[in-house]
Amino acid sequence: MSSLDWDRPSPRLRELRRLEVAAVTVAVAVAAGLVLALAVAWWVGVAAAAAAFVGGAVADILVGRRIAAWSYAEREDDLLVQRGLLVRRLSVVPYGRMQFVDVVAGPLERWFGLATVRLHTAAAATDARIPGLPAEEAARLRDQLASLGEARAAGL
Amino acid sequence: MTGPPVDPGSDWHRLHPLSPLIRAGRGAVGLLVVFVVSFSGTSSDPWNAVGHLAALVVVGGLGFVSWLVTRWRIEGGALRIETGLIRRSSLRYPLAQIQAVDTVRPGLARLFGLSELRLRMGGSTAGSARLAYLTGMHAERLRDELLALASAAPAQESPAGATVPEPAWVHTRTLVSVPTPQLVASIALSGIGAIAIGLLVALGTTAAVAPHAARGVLSGGVVPLLGLVTGIWRRFNGDYGLSVAEAPDGLRLQSGLVETSAEVIPRGRVQAVRMVEPLLWRPLGWARLELDVAGHQQRKRENRSEGRQLRAVLPVGSRDQALALLDRIVPGAPLPGAPPPRRARLKSPLRFRHLAFARTDDCVVGCGGRLARITSWVPLAKVQSLRWSQGPLQRRLRLGDVFVDTAGRSVGAAVRDRDEVESRFELERLTELARAARRR
Repeated sequence: MSSLDWDRPSPRLRELRRLEVAAVTVAVAVAAGLVLALAVAWWVGVAAAAAAFVGGAVADILVGRRIAAWSYAEREDDLLVQRGLLVRRLSVVPYGRMQFVDVVAGPLERWFGLATVRLHTAAAATDARIPGLPAEEAARLRDQLASLGEARAAGL
Repeated sequence: MTGPPVDPGSDWHRLHPLSPLIRAGRGAVGLLVVFVVSFSGTSSDPWNAVGHLAALVVVGGLGFVSWLVTRWRIEGGALRIETGLIRRSSLRYPLAQIQAVDTVRPGLARLFGLSELRLRMGGSTAGSARLAYLTGMHAERLRDELLALASAAPAQESPAGATVPEPAWVHTRTLVSVPTPQLVASIALSGIGAIAIGLLVALGTTAAVAPHAARGVLSGGVVPLLGLVTGIWRRFNGDYGLSVAEAPDGLRLQSGLVETSAEVIPRGRVQAVRMVEPLLWRPLGWARLELDVAGHQQRKRENRSEGRQLRAVLPVGSRDQALALLDRIVPGAPLPGAPPPRRARLKSPLRFRHLAFARTDDCVVGCGGRLARITSWVPLAKVQSLRWSQGPLQRRLRLGDVFVDTAGRSVGAAVRDRDEVESRFELERLTELARAARRR
């Protein structure tokens, strides 16, 4: 398995997540800072805002490492998806077992030109998904998986 | 309407005329009681009587219309059910996707000799087809025929005038039957039973010592008590008189006290088999065997317990009985053998004594569980996907988990806390074996 060609999500996913973390950090810092500054004392508010920013920086680093740990590989008969930082996971989904393939893109994702590909089998526990793929790559992967799935479909 | 043998590809059939009444079930009985009381308790005003009569006619008319617009037939390898007056709905259930066929007879239906036919579908068809209600004989014949058609010619047009296959019930072989005293004892010793007994004992002692307090507790705790009693009753009714027989068209299960149900699970639809040995049963050597079949399950008015409980094909029996039954369902199923490395005890202290695993070319078995010992068999031809996972503690201890997912409602086989290298190797090996098993 180490000899495989592992593909990764697009680097733009990192920018997208950074934007999301930044937005949440600013919102929390402003809210907490204002509330505490008015309620207790102005320097408490400033300290709270600073703490929020530090938390945001840490979150940014963690998110970045989590994205770096996400990868996928197309093998001859199945698709592998590896993810997770604290709990490492590897999913093996045979092409013949794929029931359908979702390509989903929220508004932010679309702005960055990215999409998430999600695989479904007849088992509810199948959790293979790949976020942050460039839109064309996501479409290509979906079509490829769909045709491979159809070609090798086995009955229930 | 009903009665004559069913020909495939023939005209439309209707359900039994009393179906709307029985579908309303307890509601109809309640309405009738209210109606009678209100009718008898009023003055002899003629308009009053006319009003009551009109209400009766309207309700009866609605029921009649609902019966009139519902019809069904078998066409082109599928069961088609049409219903609805204003908004007509036509549902099509391909016979090739049948996972199991149940005949259910609630108490009211049994009075009239009727039963309901339920087809549990899998694959891309969600939900289940329900034909409520048909006469008992008709339902059984239709069930046998649907199963024969499902296994024989999955996707072809049924030729007109095809001979009805010979009824399969003459060739059954009974595998298991559970004596009632054993069933009662097993429920008493199970989790819900132990709780119920404990509560009863507590209530009894409170009543003896302080009657006023007991009355207060009783009035306050009526609802959970009722829930407990309902749960126990459902389980008892669902497993009472269970008999499992092997027939050419699959496994036939029959059970029930007040509401009976007969289920046929066609061959090759079993996704996983699970054997559960609860803590309190271990001294007696008892075990429960459960089957996992794909397909959506309707929760309303079923005689099985709620939630994720699987179909108990052996609600209680000796371990040998369970293993013998397992051998009929999944021939050549291995017994779990290899224990995990010693350091797994640090991560899963309670589970460690139960963890074990084995595989053959056709089947994988994983054993685990914290209090009860739970053993799961998954035929490799039924594997949907495989997953490997490693938590932070497992990374320190160089362990890994492998999960085998199936289309059933439970998760599948879990091979936990093996050595890291071994678990990755097993992941690969199981993937290959599953692929080979799929092709066979």
